[in-house]
Amino acid sequence: MIRYRKKPDAFVLLQRHPFMKQAELIPHLFRTEYSKIVSVLYKLFGIEHIEIAEDIVSDTFLLAYELWGLKGLPENPTAWLYTVAKNKTKDYLKHDSVFTEKISKEIKYSSPVFKEIEIDLSPKNINDSQLAMMFTVCHPCNPAEVQIGLALNLLCGFGASEIATAFLTNKEVIYKRLQRGKEKLRTEKIKIEEPVLSEINERLPAVLITLYLLFNEGYYSSNEDVSLRKDLCLEAMRLTYLLIENDYTNKPEVNALLSLMCFHSSRFEARTDEDGTSILYEDQDTNLWDKELIEKGEFFLNRASVGDTLSKYHLEAAIAYWHTHKEDTTQKWENILQLYNQLLQIEYSPIAALNRTFALAKANGKKEAIAEAEKLNLTDNHLYYTLLGNLYTDVDNEKALRHYEKALSLTHSNSDKAVIGRSMKQVIMSLEFSGQS
Amino acid sequence: MKDFLFVFRAEPNSLANASPDEMQAMTKRWMDWIGGIAAQNKLANRGNRLFPSGKVVKPGNIITDGPYSEIKESIGGYSIVKADSLEEAAELAKGCPGLSVGGTVEVREINEM
Repeated sequence: MIRYRKKPDAFVLLQRHPFMKQAELIPHLFRTEYSKIVSVLYKLFGIEHIEIAEDIVSDTFLLAYELWGLKGLPENPTAWLYTVAKNKTKDYLKHDSVFTEKISKEIKYSSPVFKEIEIDLSPKNINDSQLAMMFTVCHPCNPAEVQIGLALNLLCGFGASEIATAFLTNKEVIYKRLQRGKEKLRTEKIKIEEPVLSEINERLPAVLITLYLLFNEGYYSSNEDVSLRKDLCLEAMRLTYLLIENDYTNKPEVNALLSLMCFHSSRFEARTDEDGTSILYEDQDTNLWDKELIEKGEFFLNRASVGDTLSKYHLEAAIAYWHTHKEDTTQKWENILQLYNQLLQIEYSPIAALNRTFALAKANGKKEAIAEAEKLNLTDNHLYYTLLGNLYTDVDNEKALRHYEKALSLTHSNSDKAVIGRSMKQVIMSLEFSGQS
Repeated sequence: MKDFLFVFRAEPNSLANASPDEMQAMTKRWMDWIGGIAAQNKLANRGNRLFPSGKVVKPGNIITDGPYSEIKESIGGYSIVKADSLEEAAELAKGCPGLSVGGTVEVREINEM
């Protein structure tokens, strides 16, 4: 009798194995197929038994890893994975008497004879299952950080240790967080099913927030593992695209969110140097901006511009759109300023307030921006002092320097310190220059 | 933080002769001002503008049309801000672009029912 007690982290091992990294297709295939198969099985088994689904799929991939390593790739790797997963599921159902007695009744596909169970891995059912899972893990009964963790774990196949690395915390914290989240879904009896049409408007915002945060986790995190951060962004984009592929969830704000993600990730290669240090937007090499992603961003932004919804994703996407124009024109900064004015009216955030003030300096001049910046009252935020340092540069360099020093004292991130240090150096140079003259 | 109502008053025709460019510049100044309050996390509700025409209902089933020749300034719009005191709210109102064209801002604390 087969006992499925392996941790889902086995999947991570597979991806990290040198053999798998050699062929570019394989990690990608594993990630997407893991997510597809496991979603179908989650939906089949229900939230009570997600571990069984995980164990079966992990086992499938472990077998693939062993066999493919020895014998090379099968002709159609995806079909191979599906067949093995189906067979393992059938074996499990046949052999596990506990499961047969207690759980079989709950199975949606339930038929009296297990031999006849068809595990439906058709594109449509895969899509439906992933969508259903997305609404389940993004259920507001869990706090946002738990939802993001669950999305990475259950929808994207990340193990606890990988999520811990992404969140800059330790594995135990994440493991407990995931357990708590799964338990909550169980006790609240959240079903893995697609929301009915009438529920979509109510529940979609929670899903979008989670995807937005997942993307930001990859994009803005101070984690130095760049490939992991890219993975988080790609996963967020993949899941958002899944919503666009479904007619019911293909809403303007979803297109706006994907557009925003495309514009941001177009700058992924340009925003850090080889050492992983951030490169400020102004100093980026536009040749490294991904033109294709910018075009995709424009495509989805156009598709978002129907109907009369104006979500924060629309505004953020439009702001990101203007940032794909490197030239400093009045039109560009005036547009960005007005978009931030609108965004802040929909939802305040310190970062939007700071960025708005930066745009104000570009559009209306530093004098007005300094007066507005002094009112922001974000004195525990190093970015606040970085902004003030920037605004005072060439206006009052002594003050600029003091603000940068304050910013330095407030951040622990080496990357931030390097950026601030570079700006300080420029101010010091102009101070010395003026001292000599 | 408490909520305060800003009531914007202006002469009904103060912008009647403004060119499109002047109108646009005025709109920008309003947007920048409201955006500045929102950037301080002190905007509770952007509120709305009001059309100039209206009616006034008086006792005895008397209904009159506006704008009202007897009132020099008519209400052009309203917003709701958050502040710790009436003084702080009044300070926020100082930047209102309507002031530069002879308008006023009345600041009143909202007494929630």
